[in-house]
Amino acid sequence: MCGRASGRMQAEAMAEQLAPGTHVRVRDDYPPGHIRTPVYVRGKEGVVVRAFGSFPNPETLAIGRDGLPKKTLYEVRFKQKDLWSDYAGPEADCLDIDIYEHWLTKVQG
Amino acid sequence: MRGPHDLGGLPAGAVDTAPHEPTFWEKQIDAINALLAQKGLRRTDENRRYIEMLGHDAYETLSYYERWTAALARQLIDKGVLTQDEIDAKVAHVRARLGQDAG
Amino acid sequence: MTEAHTHDHDHDAADHGHAHAPPAKDEKIHSYYQVLGLALKELLIEKGIVSADEIRKTIELRDSITPALGARIVARAWTDPAYKKRLLTNGSEAIHEFGLDMGALHLVVVENTPSTHNMIVCTLCSCYPRAVLGLPPSWYKSREYRSRAVREPRKVLEEFGTHLSRDVEVRVHDSTADIRYLVLPMRPKGTEKLSEDELAALVTRDCMIGTSVVRSL
Repeated sequence: MCGRASGRMQAEAMAEQLAPGTHVRVRDDYPPGHIRTPVYVRGKEGVVVRAFGSFPNPETLAIGRDGLPKKTLYEVRFKQKDLWSDYAGPEADCLDIDIYEHWLTKVQG
Repeated sequence: MRGPHDLGGLPAGAVDTAPHEPTFWEKQIDAINALLAQKGLRRTDENRRYIEMLGHDAYETLSYYERWTAALARQLIDKGVLTQDEIDAKVAHVRARLGQDAG
Repeated sequence: MTEAHTHDHDHDAADHGHAHAPPAKDEKIHSYYQVLGLALKELLIEKGIVSADEIRKTIELRDSITPALGARIVARAWTDPAYKKRLLTNGSEAIHEFGLDMGALHLVVVENTPSTHNMIVCTLCSCYPRAVLGLPPSWYKSREYRSRAVREPRKVLEEFGTHLSRDVEVRVHDSTADIRYLVLPMRPKGTEKLSEDELAALVTRDCMIGTSVVRSL
């Protein structure tokens, strides 16, 4: 029991809290199963708007598990021109989407 | 590699913006789903997975509430609440009552 | 089925020369699913899992939640700056003041300004602030809206009769998790003398989804 608790605390500490303004890239992975990260943002770079707190993981809730450990949910903003090569609207147009922490990696530099 | 539900960015036609009031049948499906969720017999994320697992053809052919009906049937069978035999028998029964062919 | 027919018409409009599935087979499938829905309901009632009374009451309860509730919230935010601040800070809590509750979900209200127009979609399914607006419109759940709202929002807005200048940033929100979004539309000019009720009457559902803007009469 002690081992499990400290393991979980360790995992939570390791999960970096992404501050608003952090540049992130969505993992370009295609695992089978119930995923709430749409294909159109995978591999794309955006900016964290805010963190919404942590929620049970829908990917494991979907197979009848308890969804723990919880995952931090982030609102990430993408420029439409970065999502679609043929986007015809103005430069400022953007798209906000809610993505779980395990789908995001920090973009260095 | 997309699930049938992952529609963002796919080409599609004009949006039909006209109002389409839900039919009584659709409201019943909606209500039954809400009730089962309240009773802990149906969970949102599982339901979504069942809908996604219907496959591309079913996802495109069936309407929104028909997809919910299909997903509901599968969930109830998988959870042992109903059996396929029971459902098939009831379907035949309802069809006979409505005067439809088993066709 | 209303929704199936809608979908079929859109297919025809988009793909003129495209071979379409024979209507007879689709009709058989749709009729099967109508019957299946009835069958499931009757079996669930027979087994005592739900009762006909519960179903009826649930339908009535869900029918009682309409966009008029959302419109009242918008009108309050327009006339009461302190409420507007509460609404934008914590939407889930602010709607308690109207007797509404998001349950396990969270409400985030996004404000339209002269420089930013918000538009809400759920590309993956049909996530929608049902606790505040009731059932989503047919088009919100359609393939056409879900696929194009994120990719060509301005064209989709045009289809709703909503024209935005290129000076306005269009910000699309794809609701992929437990957050539900409500647009706080801009109050139109010339409405300074209207009461809260009169203001609420101007706010349509589509204004709170972001496919329309509020027009003064």
